Amino acid sequence: MPEEIRAHITGVVFQIPTKPGDKVGAGDAVIVLESMKMEIPVEAPRAGAVKEIRVQEGQTVQEGDVVAILE
Amino acid sequence: MFRAVLVANRGEIARRVFRACRGLGIRTIAVYSEADRDAAHVREADEAVLIGPAPARESYLAIDRILEAARRTGADAVHPGYGFLSENWRFAQACADAGITFIGPSPAAIQAMGDKSEARRLMAKAGVPVVPGTPGPISGIEEATQFGNAAGFPLLLKAAKGGGGIGMARVSAAGELAAAFAAATRRAAAAFGEGAVYVERYLERPRHVEVQVFGDSAGTVVHLHERDCSIQRRHQKLIEESPAPGLPAATKAGLTAAAVAGARAIGYVNAGTMEFLVEESGRLSFIEMNTRLQVEHPVTEEVTGLDLVVAQLRVAAGEALPWRQDEVAQRGAAIECRVYAEDPAKNFLPSPGTVSRLVLPEGEGIRVESGIVEGASVPVHYDPLLLKLVARGADRAEAVARLDRALEGCVVEGVRTTIPFVRRVLGDARFRAGSVHTQMIEQGAFRDA
Repeated sequence: MPEEIRAHITGVVFQIPTKPGDKVGAGDAVIVLESMKMEIPVEAPRAGAVKEIRVQEGQTVQEGDVVAILE
Repeated sequence: MFRAVLVANRGEIARRVFRACRGLGIRTIAVYSEADRDAAHVREADEAVLIGPAPARESYLAIDRILEAARRTGADAVHPGYGFLSENWRFAQACADAGITFIGPSPAAIQAMGDKSEARRLMAKAGVPVVPGTPGPISGIEEATQFGNAAGFPLLLKAAKGGGGIGMARVSAAGELAAAFAAATRRAAAAFGEGAVYVERYLERPRHVEVQVFGDSAGTVVHLHERDCSIQRRHQKLIEESPAPGLPAATKAGLTAAAVAGARAIGYVNAGTMEFLVEESGRLSFIEMNTRLQVEHPVTEEVTGLDLVVAQLRVAAGEALPWRQDEVAQRGAAIECRVYAEDPAKNFLPSPGTVSRLVLPEGEGIRVESGIVEGASVPVHYDPLLLKLVARGADRAEAVARLDRALEGCVVEGVRTTIPFVRRVLGDARFRAGSVHTQMIEQGAFRDA
C-alpha cells in the first residue's frame, strides 16, 4: 500500500538523501528540511521503498504537505 | 561620532542598536530581505534598504549588497549585531576597505577567535586554562582514538570554524567515532564552509559562565563581570543571569582575571565575551570567545547600569572606554530569558508562522527587547528568537520572581513559544537553589511531571 509522507513542520527542503527505488527503514530520513536554522529530518514511518519524491531542494513546504510517497 | 549607522541585522538586536544610535543623535539605516518587508526594525529606522530575497545568503549574509546599501545611504559605520556576519572577518575587512567603520574588533581578532582551535592555542599561550584536547584539527579518527584512550571518553567533536553548537557531537566510546566524525565533518562543512573538526574531553555537568570584556584602541581592557548561561538546549542558551548564583569568590576572580588576560593578549578592541565551563571542582576551562555583542548583554547592563551598545559606538568612533575597572560595579541581580518560536512539547521544534496577538509585559524592573509586533510574520529563514525578557531585582530571588510574573503577563499567539518551558525552569527547586549545569535540559530535568 502506498503511503504519503508529510512534512511535520514548515520549512525549506535542505537535502534529499533518498531517490525513487531506495529501500528505507522505519525512522530513516527521506528528506531533510531546514527551518529557523535547524535541520529537521522527515522520517519514513515504516520500512519500505521510496516510490516518489514530490519536492526539490530549496522548495518551501508547509506543515502537512506531502513530500514523498512510500510503498 | 558617526553621522549614520547601518545595522546589518534584523529583529530585536537591530532595534536595540537603533535605540542607542538615537540617543547619540545618529541617523539609523535598516537593511531587510523580502521576507521582512513588514518587520518592526524596518519601520523604526530613519531609512531602510531592501537588499535581497528571503534566504539569508542572498540578503543578510550578502556582503556586497550590504556595503552597497551603506554607500547609497551615506552610512559611515556598520553594526553587525549578533549572528549573520558579526563574526565574519572578511566582512569586517570589506567594511574597512570601503572606508566604513565596522563596529566591533579588528578583522585579525575575529579571524583568530573564529578558528576555535587557533583560539584555544592562543589562549593557552596567554595562560588561560583550556579544556584538554587535540592541539588542532584532526585528519581522521585515529588521532581522536589516541586522544580518547589517553584522556578518557566521552569526547566532544567540535567544528574548528564553528560556533552555536553546530557540528558538535558527543562520543561516548571509540566504536562511535567513525560515524560521529563523518557527521560532524559534514555538518561543519555545510555550516561553515570547512569541515575541520578537533577533539576535546567532554566535561560532565559543567556550568557555563562567561565574562563580558571590553577593550579600546588605547589598549585598555576591562571586564564587566560574569553571566551564568547554564540553561541551554542544543548548546543554545535559554536563560542567562548575573551574578552567577553561588559562584565562589575565588572562582569568579579566576574567571575575570583569565578573561582580561586573554583579551589583552590579542589586543582586543570593543565588546567581546570569553566563555568558560566551570566544573563542580571549581576548575575552569576556556571554551571560546565571541567577538561581538552577545544576545544576553542586557543582563550585564542591568547589573552594572552601563550601556554596552553606546560604549561600542563610542569606542568604534575612536573614543577611550567610558569607564575604569573600579567604576564597573555589579549591583543586585538580573536574569534574562529568550522567547523562541519553538514548541517545547515537541523537543523544541521550530514554530514559524504569524504573530496574531502580542501582549508585552510591563512592571518594576522589567525590560523587554522585542523583534516582533502584532501581525508580524516569523519566517522559516532565520533564527527563531522572538523577544527577550529581562528582570532586575535587589537579589536573585526578586529578579526571578519578577521574570516569572512578566512571563505570566506575556502573550504571544499564532506561533508556539518556549514561555511555558521557561516558567517550569524558574519554578524548579534545583534552579531556585542555583544548582544548574549545561546538560540539565537534555537529561530531562524540566520535563512535564
